[in-house]
Amino acid sequence: MVKRFGDREALRGVSFEAAPGEQVAVIGPNGAGKTTLLSILAGISRPDQGEVSSTNGEVGWVPQQAALYRRLTVEENLLLFARLEGHEDPRGSTAEMLELTGLRERRGEIAARLSGGNQQRVNIAIGLLSRPPVLLLDEPSVGLDPRQRARLWEFVSGLAGRGTTVIFSTHDIQEAERYGDRLLVLADGEALFDGSPEALREAVRTEAPEAADRDFETAFVAYLQHRGH
Amino acid sequence: MRGVRWLLLKDLQILRRSPLQAVLLVAYPILIAVLVGFAISRGPEKPRVAFLNEVPAGTRINVGGAELPQANVKGRICKRVECVFVSDRAAAEDKVKSGDALAALVLPEDLVSKINSLSTLSPGVPEVEVLVNEENAVKAELVDDRITSLLAQANLAIARRIGSEGGRYLGLIVNGGNFKALGGKIHILGLAASSRILEAVAPALPKELQPALQEVTKFATEARDNLDVAKPLIARLAQPIAVDKVVVGGESPPLEIFAIAVAATLTLAFVVVLLVAGSLALEREENAFPRLTRGLVTTAGLLAEKVLLGVAVGLVVTLLMLFGMQIFVPLELGRIGLWLAAILVSAAALGAAGAALGAAAREVRAVSLLAFMVTLPVAFLSLVPSGAVSPGVFDAIRYFTALFPFKPALQALSAALDEAGPGIGGPLLHLAILFAAYAAIARLALRRFSAV
Repeated sequence: MVKRFGDREALRGVSFEAAPGEQVAVIGPNGAGKTTLLSILAGISRPDQGEVSSTNGEVGWVPQQAALYRRLTVEENLLLFARLEGHEDPRGSTAEMLELTGLRERRGEIAARLSGGNQQRVNIAIGLLSRPPVLLLDEPSVGLDPRQRARLWEFVSGLAGRGTTVIFSTHDIQEAERYGDRLLVLADGEALFDGSPEALREAVRTEAPEAADRDFETAFVAYLQHRGH
Repeated sequence: MRGVRWLLLKDLQILRRSPLQAVLLVAYPILIAVLVGFAISRGPEKPRVAFLNEVPAGTRINVGGAELPQANVKGRICKRVECVFVSDRAAAEDKVKSGDALAALVLPEDLVSKINSLSTLSPGVPEVEVLVNEENAVKAELVDDRITSLLAQANLAIARRIGSEGGRYLGLIVNGGNFKALGGKIHILGLAASSRILEAVAPALPKELQPALQEVTKFATEARDNLDVAKPLIARLAQPIAVDKVVVGGESPPLEIFAIAVAATLTLAFVVVLLVAGSLALEREENAFPRLTRGLVTTAGLLAEKVLLGVAVGLVVTLLMLFGMQIFVPLELGRIGLWLAAILVSAAALGAAGAALGAAAREVRAVSLLAFMVTLPVAFLSLVPSGAVSPGVFDAIRYFTALFPFKPALQALSAALDEAGPGIGGPLLHLAILFAAYAAIARLALRRFSAV
């Protein structure tokens, strides 16, 4: 895919595949093109060249900033989107999602009064309402404390374990290494690497040997510099 | 349309959750209705003017040695203003300073004697004194206009009386009669009788005197005929130019109905424009816009829902206000069908304009400020009447206000409330065109928010 904003090329011929149950981490520094890529995958933005195909139907999308109505309760938010998605039993779907995301106890709370972490859980719950076979998460752990992060990834991993393809973006290299089965490294709109975390470590060792003994994040930054970014 | 229904429900839930907003939506029209109601039903029809008459009682205007009957100047003035009679100058000043009276009119002691001097060889300048409190420019202008008008009325009344007396004297000269002077009655023969007498005695006079007598007789006849013409001329002198008011266009409903239409349109405009613009901006501020428009609802559907929200709330609020106004001014409930048509079409056009404004920015606060800053001046400009500004400026205002739905909405509501004035069809068509134009602008403006 290629995406241009005026003279700037946000994506320069990025191409990849994801299999059912796979967790693909899209990583890279700020401005690498992660959000643009996920927006195209979600169908919000159109690529200037290239196309997206999904063989198994709908794509769920969880934007980086919580997309929900802060003056509605948790349950009202889920019920609204279930109705908009045309669920046969919107109340049933809502109850199911409240249970699945552990928000049942907080269903009557106004969303604005929830912590950032819980708002993100509602945000994810809305994205999952239609039980999409492909789930896109744009930097889902931003603003979450370590405990909330752990709960989030436990939940997402559970979805992947049940066959959902999860594609998430992050600029936290350790999070990507820990939760991604596959890593897609973007920098300045270019795909620098596509492979497993182990393969990325190997590539870092090969291309930036002076940083190979340091922590993975430092080694990764050295790797990007070696690649001219 | 399924999505529109649920979004509408959601927006109403959000409105319910915002007590301040909900209270304002209900309280605002009631407050406006009460204020306008009091202003048009309790306001003084005539301005209050303190009146101090220092002219000694019984003093009459004297013309040519004869006293004129009273011209009832006081009565004429007090018919046009609410006279607050005061006993001295200090009381008059107090009334004006305290704002209890718009101005004070002082008729000085020597007023009548100075008027009487006008018919002498050493005429004075009769003056009345006006005390004003020009605390602001508008009040100063109002007082000037009122006082000029009142004095013109007073001068006219006196001039008419003098003219009428002059005419009476001319009548005496022409037709003869009795004239009261120096405590007695004086008989005036008159030109007509003089002419008749001369004609009667002419045959008895010697022949050599006949030509001279004929000249005198001819003079008496011509003088009678010409002085008859002079009578209406003297009468016209008091008011040389008469006013014959002919309404050739711009028929308008009664003032109180127009005031209600203005208040209702202002309420409708602010409620609908701010609500639609704000709720559309809220979709983006909450980041819900891309989530909604990726298949759950179309951009057109979302705009339709916002306009529908504005129309529904605007209809309720405006009807509430109009029914509130019923307490002060009875409205024709038989025209409620036209009320509904005017409110619905106006609200739709105002809602589309609100959507176009709402699509201009992402933050609710910025959009609300923008909507307020656009609506307020447009509303003020829409109320500028022709003739109040230069023709060029008025044309510019006319074209500018025609681009926003406030003015046609005001015209539609005025026409719906009262049958006087222009029909409702034109304004409704104008609103329909503006609705289509603003809806198209809003759709275009929203496109740039569709992409992340």
